[in-house]
Amino acid sequence: MANTTAMLEIAEAEILGDRKAASLRRRRRRRRSADRKGVVLRTIVAIVVAAIVVFPLYWMVVVAFSPRGEVFEPGLRLWPSTLTMENFEKVFDRVPVVAWFGNSVVIGLFVTALTVIVNLLAGYAFARLRFRGRNAVFLLVLSTMMIPVQAIMVAQFKLVTGLGVYGTYWGVILPASAAAFGIFLARQFFIGIPDEIVEAARIDGAGHLRIFLQVVLPLCKPLIAVLTLLTLMGSWNDFAWPLIALNDNELFTLPIGLLYLQNQTAPDYNAIMALALISVLPMVLLFLFFQRYFVQGFARSGIK
Amino acid sequence: MTTTTARGRESAPAPTRPRAARRAARFKESLVGWGFTAPNLVLMTMFLFVPMVWALVLSFQDTQGFGDPEWVGAANYATLVSDPVFWRSLFNTLVFTAATVPIELAGGLGLAVLLNSVLPARGVFRTIIVLPMVISGVASGMIAVILFYESNGLINKVLVATGLDPVAWQSQGGPAMVSVVIAAIWLRIGFNMIIYLAGLQNISPEMYEAARIDGASRWQQFRSVTVPLVGPSTFFLLIMNVIASFQVFDLIFVMTGGGPGNATSVLGTYAYRNGFQIREQGYGAAIGIVILIITLIFTYIQWKTSRTRDLAE
Repeated sequence: MANTTAMLEIAEAEILGDRKAASLRRRRRRRRSADRKGVVLRTIVAIVVAAIVVFPLYWMVVVAFSPRGEVFEPGLRLWPSTLTMENFEKVFDRVPVVAWFGNSVVIGLFVTALTVIVNLLAGYAFARLRFRGRNAVFLLVLSTMMIPVQAIMVAQFKLVTGLGVYGTYWGVILPASAAAFGIFLARQFFIGIPDEIVEAARIDGAGHLRIFLQVVLPLCKPLIAVLTLLTLMGSWNDFAWPLIALNDNELFTLPIGLLYLQNQTAPDYNAIMALALISVLPMVLLFLFFQRYFVQGFARSGIK
Repeated sequence: MTTTTARGRESAPAPTRPRAARRAARFKESLVGWGFTAPNLVLMTMFLFVPMVWALVLSFQDTQGFGDPEWVGAANYATLVSDPVFWRSLFNTLVFTAATVPIELAGGLGLAVLLNSVLPARGVFRTIIVLPMVISGVASGMIAVILFYESNGLINKVLVATGLDPVAWQSQGGPAMVSVVIAAIWLRIGFNMIIYLAGLQNISPEMYEAARIDGASRWQQFRSVTVPLVGPSTFFLLIMNVIASFQVFDLIFVMTGGGPGNATSVLGTYAYRNGFQIREQGYGAAIGIVILIITLIFTYIQWKTSRTRDLAE
């Protein structure tokens, strides 16, 4: 269509004797068809990359629904011969999946609630309140993001043991909530809130807590969504710390449960993939529903 | 840019209040400020700062987690220097970092450029490439174990079907390292792509227009416009990727446990092994301190050269 129009344009220009315009248009037409070739090429590359990236997840589903051992039989088979639920049944029989799921949910919710509240408060203070030592404290807080869990895990373990919360929810929740990650995002967001709104509330006689709760927070729904999702995801997928802080298998979270299942004699990979699927599904669904916020959150973390 | 707003607010002329009242108001604001940050600071002090100091103390002690710890001075660090597994783990950590980071950066940028161009169903492609980011390291590791399974795993089956030899992913060190590197790239490339996409969207189309008028080819545009202008994103990602690679733990722990031999043992897994499996806690803490020091060196570099400073003014 566009091509025909362009040709007509060229013909018209040539008839009119406008040779320069004609050559310009010819060049443009060449570029347009090159563009079209480019789109096809790029689409092919994108399809190939997307297929490679998504394949491991597809394979997890295939193994989870395949009869035991089938994927390791000789011969190239890319889908199950029969769809079976036996792996899931086995998982539910053999290990306390429901308890693990519940633990992940409880720990995830507590960590998220605590972290988000604490981060919002601190972010607000660092953005909008003037107090002595603010910048120094802010830098100190930011620098904690660089502390590797391996550097302090032995000491943290001794600490939660000393506090008597080793092997409990709190032993996982409290250290996990000492995170600076959200403060940075929150501060950036609060700085962007127009002064007039805050000033107006102050003139009306509102205190800072009131301004924070009733004026600022209602404007911050996207921020709260981003923080909630990223923190929940971090907690749901966390491995190193729950591995150290939990010893009773009834209290395991799903990632630790996966390891537990793998460590049982003769690892049953079909059952492991069934449990893996159960463990990743909530985050995948959340991601698909709230993609925009996930992506925004990650993108913001890199914004200069 | 955003900081000017804050500064503007701070320097707004104070209403004509008596000085004492103003000082009282400022004092009150200080109290509120500390009050707002207190919950966070309490948590951090208890669970980050105290353990950090404690880790340092532990690294000078000999303790198996029971009985009284014994002061051994720098003995743990001396052991470290003469411990071949430590050096192997450090070397592996460097190899892992050197192998993952450039591919994550280049791949992330390539994908961002690709998915920023005219393309049908762009959103779907973006979603798919970002998806691994929400999968836990443990689940990813388990999936990788099955794919890279040496006897009749899918990857080896495909290799054989295409007339190649199967690879000894589990019994040979080199291939084992390759398998964890591939798994790590799969997990992280989406993050790199997102950051680069955000960076690309800050480049004004006029830059490309100008380059085109000057007759620059696609590749020249990429080299001379795109790459320099996403510099800040590259820098941020470089730091993030290096730190993540230095601290890699769950993927390797699940996929190879550091084996075969110590071929994929990294500082993270070695610290865990000493601290919690062999229960040489003092020694484990010393390895942790080494990881911390290396991380701090990178933090310092970032400090000197990047945004953190202008953010805090």
